[in-house]
Amino acid sequence: MTVLAVDDLRVSYATREGRREVVHGVSFEIAEGEALALVGESGSGKSTTAHALLGLLPAGGRVEGGAVRLGDLDISGWSDRALRGIRGPEIGLVPQDPVTSLDPVRTIGAQVEEVLRLHGHRDRRSRRARAIELLERVGIDDPDLRVRQYPHELSGGMRQRVLIASAIALRPRLLIADEPTSALDATVQRKVLDLLDELRREEGTSILLVTHDLGVAADRAQRLVVLKDGRIVEQGESAQVLAAPSDGYTKQLLADAPAFTTGFRRPEAPPFLRDAAGVAAENPFAITATGLVKEFAVAGRERFRAVDDVSFRVRRGTTHALVGESGSGKTTTARLVTRFHQPDAGAIEIDGEDVTELSGQRLRALRRRIQLVYQNPFASLDPRQQIVDIVAEPLQNFGVGSRAERRERSLALLDRVSLPSDVARRTPGELSGGQRQRVAIARALAIDPEIVVLDEAVSALDVTVQARILELLTSLQSELGLTYLFISHDLAVVRRISHTVSVMRRGHIVEEGNTEDLFHDPQHEYTRELLAAVPGRTEQPA
Amino acid sequence: MTVAAIAASADPAVEPPQQDATASVPSSRPRRLGARQWDLYLAVAVIALAVLWAVIPGAFAPGDPLTGTPADKLLPPSAAHWFGTDTLGRDLFGRVVHGAVHSLSGALIAVTLGLALGTILGAIAGAIGGVVDDILMRVVDVLLAIPGLLLSLSVIILLGFGTVNAAIAVGLGSVAAFARLMRSEVARVRRSEYVEAAYGSGGTFVTVLRRHVLPNSLTPIVALAALQFGTAILAISTLGFLGYGAPPPTPEWGLLIAEGRNYTATAWWLTALPGLVVVAVVLSANRISHRIGRRSR
Repeated sequence: MTVLAVDDLRVSYATREGRREVVHGVSFEIAEGEALALVGESGSGKSTTAHALLGLLPAGGRVEGGAVRLGDLDISGWSDRALRGIRGPEIGLVPQDPVTSLDPVRTIGAQVEEVLRLHGHRDRRSRRARAIELLERVGIDDPDLRVRQYPHELSGGMRQRVLIASAIALRPRLLIADEPTSALDATVQRKVLDLLDELRREEGTSILLVTHDLGVAADRAQRLVVLKDGRIVEQGESAQVLAAPSDGYTKQLLADAPAFTTGFRRPEAPPFLRDAAGVAAENPFAITATGLVKEFAVAGRERFRAVDDVSFRVRRGTTHALVGESGSGKTTTARLVTRFHQPDAGAIEIDGEDVTELSGQRLRALRRRIQLVYQNPFASLDPRQQIVDIVAEPLQNFGVGSRAERRERSLALLDRVSLPSDVARRTPGELSGGQRQRVAIARALAIDPEIVVLDEAVSALDVTVQARILELLTSLQSELGLTYLFISHDLAVVRRISHTVSVMRRGHIVEEGNTEDLFHDPQHEYTRELLAAVPGRTEQPA
Repeated sequence: MTVAAIAASADPAVEPPQQDATASVPSSRPRRLGARQWDLYLAVAVIALAVLWAVIPGAFAPGDPLTGTPADKLLPPSAAHWFGTDTLGRDLFGRVVHGAVHSLSGALIAVTLGLALGTILGAIAGAIGGVVDDILMRVVDVLLAIPGLLLSLSVIILLGFGTVNAAIAVGLGSVAAFARLMRSEVARVRRSEYVEAAYGSGGTFVTVLRRHVLPNSLTPIVALAALQFGTAILAISTLGFLGYGAPPPTPEWGLLIAEGRNYTATAWWLTALPGLVVVAVVLSANRISHRIGRRSR
């Protein structure tokens, strides 16, 4: 039986030049107990489609035409008031960002109970009991305690579970999950998706999963609908689409999804076999970190040891990845290596030179050799500066060249990172996320550093953009002989770029080695867990 | 602001927008703002008129504001005398127009002083932090603890009476507010990633402060300056009313109201109309300030 049927849905937004249609006639059906995935990159209209079903379009959005049938009921053109009766009892929504989707000043219990209260459950006690039952259902430990806690006391994964709990509170027939795991770590992502799967199987709830990652979609949904620029380019059974994609765009998505990468980057032959200069250099390692320790003071509690006895070495011209979930100390390690933090113990050598105690002018000189690219391209660029000035800034700081030369170099770098020349005079606000990250990379390369530290540099980006940036990084590495320290929570991405890996957990390195060995023969239990979290993985660890 | 609007209207065919879903949703806010801004235009018009009064008072009210015709004393508002006349038969409208230069220039001096001193203090405190921050902010605490009017009066007693001195007194009173806001803005921007990235690019403390921190901290300061402009007009008028500002027969706005208060029962226009002018100018400054503040978000 069909739970939801969408026929020729068209949605438009108001822009300054008039209305612009962003969803052009999308049709699909979801059967009972089925999971259907809407796949596409940002701007493809997938979220708009999902929100239009519930009548939750942002201001300026309007459904222009088409029919939406929920079971036997035609709900297209219903007023907001009428749709309110549908949201909750018939269709549940799991929003994208668990951090901003919960009210920070109300307890978890109150927020789960709200949907019950709004739909006529009058008795306080039974509401509370049902909330506890729901929290237990979504796998939150100690629900009696959790109902009295506030969102900040819960981790990201737990908050997403709370949101799922309120979405299923009235046993809706359909659950719309809008990028439910994009903001979460790979391991947590897997658990949340497992939970959705379980709900679907046990309760027979249909699921509309909106995602940009074809790997996740293929893993979790029976059928796929691939959207591009507001049009369906392909739809069908997941296995069928994956095995024989008919559309060029689907093929592209498939190639870009990190989960479907095959092959590894192997460390090249040791220097003495290929490079005379390498032999002359007695130290083949660009970064040597030994026994790093960093503690932070936490108000009212004992000091928190973020990094505990971490040691690793990175061979010149290769990529080393630090992998772990949030809170594992990988970002702190990156900041120790770039000397934004001072380690409490241990030593860091860059190219054989001990940089642990550098300060003042000598620390500034170190910045010429090691550069950091940040996770969030929306925060790491000054919103008031022109792109060309942002890229030229390191040159200006170190007084390299004349004004005109710096400008020329900046333009050449923008070209090197494949940005069109007209972005030079724009400001960051006018650029997309992927373009901004290219600008950040261009800035990092401006003063010819030997080492670039990439702190979750592709985690905030769509899979297609991610793939392009990784390609860019790889080609820059072989061209300029750069050494990368690559920080990530996602093993699938790591596999694509790095030669060697250290897996971090709670401030310790639990396993390290060549990427290939680690994938084929993980020794530590935590590494296996991370590997299992990679969606759509075909090969199994030996 | 415009950046968001441009991002929203960017053509996806040219460059696939890769922001997260919430950011890629076009917003209709700029459009609605445009339709409801008549009050903003009115506010700008009021301020522009007041500035014109100050610059070319003769064009609006020809004749000397200081000499009157005793025979025409205490006439109610009429076509010949829009705001009526005072006890000496002077045209009140002319006096208000000619008084604009005193009130506005006073407010300008006050805001400039507060802005300059406060911004510098706040920037130093926010940028350096530590002990310097503590000391400066405790000084600011002391300034904030003294009632504004009392502070202004004490400064005037030290400096002597007069329009300029009253303006300086009011300006000193607003230093604390500017310093506080600037400090918080600098402290916020200083923690942002692009500032750290600037240090990572080899920037020194001074270059980073000049190139990134200050430009990104200033918008709310400009909004506060517009707000303080209105407040300063009010404060200078208050001092004039109390007799601490310009001496008579200067047609300063506060003084006009003070002179009229003895005749409130028989000649209401002597206090009400100059008062309304002050209210209109202050409200307009507030409205403009609100607009600037909104743009910064």
